[in-house]
Amino acid sequence: MRTPGGRHVNPDKTPATFLLDGEEVPFEPGQTVMQAVLAAGHYIPYLCYHPEFKPHGSCKVCIVEVNGRTAASCTMPAEAGMEVATRTDELVAGRQMLVQMLFVEGNHFCPSCEKSGNCLLQAVAYELGIMSAGLDHLFPNRPVDASHPEILLDFNRCILCELCVRASAEADGKNVFALSGRGITKHLIVNAESGRLADTDIAVTDKAMDVCPVGVILRKRVGFVVPIGERRFDGKPVSDQALENAPRRPAVRREGST
Amino acid sequence: MTEKRAELDSIAQRYGCEPTALLQILREAQEIEGWLPPGTLSYLARLLGLPRARVEGVAGFYSFLHLERAGRYRVLFSDNITDRMAGNLELLERFCNSLWLEQGKVSEDDLVRVDTTSCTGMCDQGPAILVNGWAIPRMSPDRVDEIVELIRSRTEVETWPAELFLVEDNIRRRDILLGSSLEPGEAIRAAITPALRDGRIAISDPGPKATLEAIKRSNLRGRGGAGFSTGLKWEACRHAPGEMRYVVCNADEGEPGTFKDRVLLTRYADLVFEGMTVCAFVIGARKGFLYLRGEYQHLLAPLGEVLSRRRAEGLLGTGICGHAGFEFDIEIHLGAGAYVCGEESALIESLEGKRGVPRSRPPYPVTHGFLQRPTTVNNVETFCAAALIALRGGEWYRNIGTVKSAGTKILSISGDCAHPGIYEYPFGVEVGQILEDCGADRTQAVQVSGPSGTCIDTTEFERRIAFEDLPTAGAFMVFDESRDIFEVARNFTHFFAHESCGFCTPCRVGTTLLRNIMDKIHRGKGSQHELNQIFQLSQLLQSASHCGLGTTACNPLLDSIKRFRPAYERRLESLEFEPAFDLNGALERARAMAGRYDVCGHPGADT
Repeated sequence: MRTPGGRHVNPDKTPATFLLDGEEVPFEPGQTVMQAVLAAGHYIPYLCYHPEFKPHGSCKVCIVEVNGRTAASCTMPAEAGMEVATRTDELVAGRQMLVQMLFVEGNHFCPSCEKSGNCLLQAVAYELGIMSAGLDHLFPNRPVDASHPEILLDFNRCILCELCVRASAEADGKNVFALSGRGITKHLIVNAESGRLADTDIAVTDKAMDVCPVGVILRKRVGFVVPIGERRFDGKPVSDQALENAPRRPAVRREGST
Repeated sequence: MTEKRAELDSIAQRYGCEPTALLQILREAQEIEGWLPPGTLSYLARLLGLPRARVEGVAGFYSFLHLERAGRYRVLFSDNITDRMAGNLELLERFCNSLWLEQGKVSEDDLVRVDTTSCTGMCDQGPAILVNGWAIPRMSPDRVDEIVELIRSRTEVETWPAELFLVEDNIRRRDILLGSSLEPGEAIRAAITPALRDGRIAISDPGPKATLEAIKRSNLRGRGGAGFSTGLKWEACRHAPGEMRYVVCNADEGEPGTFKDRVLLTRYADLVFEGMTVCAFVIGARKGFLYLRGEYQHLLAPLGEVLSRRRAEGLLGTGICGHAGFEFDIEIHLGAGAYVCGEESALIESLEGKRGVPRSRPPYPVTHGFLQRPTTVNNVETFCAAALIALRGGEWYRNIGTVKSAGTKILSISGDCAHPGIYEYPFGVEVGQILEDCGADRTQAVQVSGPSGTCIDTTEFERRIAFEDLPTAGAFMVFDESRDIFEVARNFTHFFAHESCGFCTPCRVGTTLLRNIMDKIHRGKGSQHELNQIFQLSQLLQSASHCGLGTTACNPLLDSIKRFRPAYERRLESLEFEPAFDLNGALERARAMAGRYDVCGHPGADT
């Protein structure tokens, strides 16, 4: 019996499994496809997913085929016997185009971005072998918010993953961030009548400060403290790190296995 | 300021300061100043105990709610392709010129703003407009001039001539539904006492179960387009665990080209409410909602009167039709300009006072709907049919139409035909027959079921309206030989880009990219590269989108390229790549300023 990740498997209770690209992968009740796949030591690219927050499946970069139908693996509950494919030509091309879409939707200038090297969008793009935007840029007009003495918001890089929204609401209990607008005009807002971050109750110690996968929420006066070349994704590709950080527990039911 | 706060207090209190009523409260609050100033949002957030950003997020989602000054008169020209064909853009230009306005910008005296909006459901009597939410159909140069004068003289919209607001029903063909004449309460009594129905049901059967059996036997399928079995839906909801259940009538008829629900709610409101009440009886619901699209604001008061009358007649409230323990009432919830709310889970989010973003499914509304409780959502027409079945039985109904598509379908016919309006046919009717009946001549194409449906050409007019051939939610737009199918598809592409909720990447970015590509081809700057991109984007939208809006957004493009490829190809500048950036065009202003008209001032002009 396989014991992925060195996890102890109760010999009395053989875990249910599904097929991942032809290989059997065990899962625990309540796990999503993404959680089970990561726990089994495989990587699926993602952007809006974060192990500490409830997944909502908006970026769609984690698409897989489940019994022939495309689904976001971060929200898809794992079921016994399902056939999951992650490497079809269509999925590979689709993921690339989704990441390209996020690049052309905002204004991403990696060479001058403080987050370069620490940026999940950039890292996933490298992982997927994306060499150009491939689509016409939309060049949106998104003014920055530098009102806060310690924090800068550069909306140009926002990919609308809602992680800061979720972190502020779920972990900080503050609701500093929310989304407004619709469609391509959808945008991040802050919880203040003035619309300025300085007038919210955000603190640099908030969880929301640390979850932005791109370079929207930045601490002032610490830019480029870590030089390019020594940053998070400079040494190791995102696929290796995602596995190291992979959650080994089911999302819903946390008892059962250790 | 205190006066305004008192008004906001009274609005919020009328809704019990319930966060689920946020959208309704915002709509009413906007009436005070014609927009929602930042202070209003903050104050309402405090009253409702919600984060301010959440209130702003909801207000920012809906087209008819304004976070910036929008003028005392807010004029919106319906911009469906049928409005275009009837000359809405020329009328809009006349309007703007008369009032010295720029489209989309409020006049400097804060008097008026003119813009376009998605189809307002008046395609049989377009071009149509909305003024402060009130529908005015049959626009003409004379009507434009009349309205311009009313605005100039600052006449209150409430006192404008009633004739302007007159909406025609245009019922052209009746069958079992439009030809029915039920007494209010007749179907409910039949549901409570099945013996009143056809003799097939044993008298000993308890009411709800027997009525459910009748609905199942009828083979009735949802009329909103997807065609899910109504009986199975009701049964699943009836058996779902939970104390509270809800009936929701989806009257968010947003698909461009559809207006049948408007007529049903105008002329057959009792039948709609009857169907909802029968459903409540079957599934055990005590509360129902009618989600009425904001464009049909003119129907709100008349529908409210019908509800009051039904309460007085004992057809709503407690002890309905004298049946002890049968308690049910209906509330009307007005939308605010968001097509995506026609998707049932987005509609439920909107009912809960949130942004109308479709939920991840499963779980489905039948088990986790309104407030995560079991909820049955059906189309207006489905409830009408259900009322008829409660009265006349499932066997009667299943024998109408085809084997897989029982009953009749109401079509909203518009475009190039002599008699646009409402037509009811048994399922299985051929497109050619319909075209003949509505007086269509030299027809080139028909868009069945709106932009998200299917575009068919002359070789397909023998196809039938039925779930197994051409399923439809009701739209039937006719285009004759004079029409440019490329422009039809481009109009639809703009529609989807405007209506995408923006939740998922493929739909949010993809619909805008598709719109830009169509505009590029329209400008004569397209190439084979653009057509290839359309196919690539379409494949992604169809497979990876979060809901049906994204998966169907490319249908009009794929259909029209497949059937009317020359309409695209004659626009392509070359079959090679053409950059989106037009260097020469961008230099035009610089040339004018510098007076450079020599050859060197035109880089690349000869290539």
